[in-house]
Amino acid sequence: MARMKFLCDADRCIECNACVTACKNEHDVPWGINRRRVVTINDGKPGERSVSMACMHCTDAPCAAVCPVNCFYTTADAVVLHSKDLCIGCGYCFYACPFGAPQYPRVGNFGSRGKMDKCTYCAGGPDADLTMAEYTKYGSNRLAEGKLPLCAEMCSTKALLAGDGAIIAEIYKERVTRRGYGSGAWGWKTAYQETIAL
Amino acid sequence: MKTAILALRALVFAMALAVIGHTAPVFAQQAPNPTAQSVNEQQLLDALRVGGVLDGRITIPNETAKVLIQPRGKDWRDFHQTTLWTIGGVSILGMLGLLVVFFLVRGKIRIESGFSGRTVTRFGGVERFVHWLTAGCFIILALSGLNLTFGKAFVAPVLGESAFALLAGWGKFAHNYLSFPFMFGLVMMFVIWVKDNIPGKLDLEWLKAGGGILKKGQHPPAPRFNAGQKGIFWIVILGGAAMSVSGWHLLFPFGAGSTVSDQQFWANVHAVVAMVFIAVMLAHAYIGSVGMEGAYDAMGSGEVDENWAREHHSLWLAQEEKRAAMAPPLSVPAE
Repeated sequence: MARMKFLCDADRCIECNACVTACKNEHDVPWGINRRRVVTINDGKPGERSVSMACMHCTDAPCAAVCPVNCFYTTADAVVLHSKDLCIGCGYCFYACPFGAPQYPRVGNFGSRGKMDKCTYCAGGPDADLTMAEYTKYGSNRLAEGKLPLCAEMCSTKALLAGDGAIIAEIYKERVTRRGYGSGAWGWKTAYQETIAL
Repeated sequence: MKTAILALRALVFAMALAVIGHTAPVFAQQAPNPTAQSVNEQQLLDALRVGGVLDGRITIPNETAKVLIQPRGKDWRDFHQTTLWTIGGVSILGMLGLLVVFFLVRGKIRIESGFSGRTVTRFGGVERFVHWLTAGCFIILALSGLNLTFGKAFVAPVLGESAFALLAGWGKFAHNYLSFPFMFGLVMMFVIWVKDNIPGKLDLEWLKAGGGILKKGQHPPAPRFNAGQKGIFWIVILGGAAMSVSGWHLLFPFGAGSTVSDQQFWANVHAVVAMVFIAVMLAHAYIGSVGMEGAYDAMGSGEVDENWAREHHSLWLAQEEKRAAMAPPLSVPAE
C-alpha cells in the first residue's frame, strides 16, 4: 500500500486559497472551520512564501497519542482518521498537533467544543464507505472512489501535491533540480521524521 | 553583489531588446535565482527559540490558524503522556499508600475519654451545605478529570470503547457544568471560614506537639481550626483558585489573544494542581471519616461529642461553653 502524504511546494503556491474553498465545498465543512488554510510567511518582505497546510497525517500521530478516548486510527494508506462517534471534543489533539489541524465547531454552552473536525485526506471516516452517514460526519470519500484529495487535484499551479509519499517526493525533487531552488518540504520533518534530500 | 546583478539584468534586457525583441521572456527565465532570499523551512525551524512557533499572515477570519507549525505540541504530548502520569501516579498512589501505612501504625484515632453523650454544634446548616456542595462537585470533577488522563488505560478496556467514550463524554459535560457550583462553593467557604483560618502562634505549638494525632494521649490546645485544618483550608482555597483560573481558560479557549502555547500552559497547570489537590483531599477525607472517631459528625449532623471537642479543639469548646452560659435561656418556663 501507498504511504499517502501532502507536499506543498511553497515556491509555486500563489496564495489563491482555492484549496481552502474547494475543501469547504467538497465536504460541507461545519461553519467556522477550515480544514485547509494558507499561511504566508514573511508577508510583504523579500522572499515571502505561502504554504497551504492541513492535517499532515503524521507518522506516530500526536493527536492519537493524547486522545483520551482513542478515537483516532491510521488507515492502510497511512491516513490518520478519527471517529466522531467516539470524540468528546476535549481539545487535547489541538494542543498536541504541530499543524493546528483539529478544529471544533462551537456548539452548546461556554466554549464547549463540538466533535472535532479535521482534514480526512478525502478519505471519510470509520462509517461504511460512500454512505450518507459518512458524508454527513466527515465529508466525501474520494479515496474510496479512486480519486486523490480535491485540494491537490484542483491546485492551479500544482503547488499542492497529494499521493504516495515516494512519488510526490520524486516529483518535488525533480522540480527543485530543474529550477535550481526549493524552500523545503514544509512540515515533513515534523510529520514524518524525514525530509526530502535535495 | 546587488549592483552586479542589476548590471547583469540590464545587460540581459538590453541584449534581448536589441537582438531578438519579442522572445525576451526566454532570457528572463535565466534571471537570478528568485529564491536566494526566500524563506526556508529548515532555517526557520532552526532559528526558533524554545516554545516558539512558525507563523505568518492568514486571510481567513481565524487568528489562531496563522500558526503554521508549533513544535511545542510534541513537548505537550510528552508531558501529557509521561510526566503527568508520573506526577499523578506518585501523588495519588503515594498518598493512598501513606494513609494505609498510617492506619496500620496508628489505627483509628479514638476519643480517649469515650463518648460523653453530650454534643455541641460545630457546623451549622449553611456551613455543611457549602462543604458538601463543594465536596460533591469536587468528587465528580476529580473522577471525570482523572478519567481523561488515566481512563483510556484502566476504564476503556473494561467498558469497551463506545461505552467508555459515552462515559467520558458525559464526564466532560459534568466537568464543565459542575465547575460553576464548585467555584461558588470555594468563594462561600472562603467567606465563611477565613476568619477562623488565620495562622497564629498556637499553630506552631500544635505542629510541634505532632498535632495530637501522631501520639496517643497528646492533645495540644487548638481553637476552632487547628494547624492541620488551616492547612487544608488554604490548600483548598489556593488550589481551588488555581484550578478555577486555569479551568476558566480551558472552558473559554482562545479568549483575548490567547495562543495555543497559552492553552497548553493552562492545561498543564490544571492537570498538575489537580493531581496534588486530589492527593491532599484523600487525606482530608480519611481523617474526617474512618481515620478519627467522632470526626465525621462535625460535617454529618453538625453536632460533635463534647469529649471529641475537648480533645481536639479545647479552646474552641471553652469559648462555646462560655457563650452558652452567657446567652439567655432558650425558652421561658411555663407558668
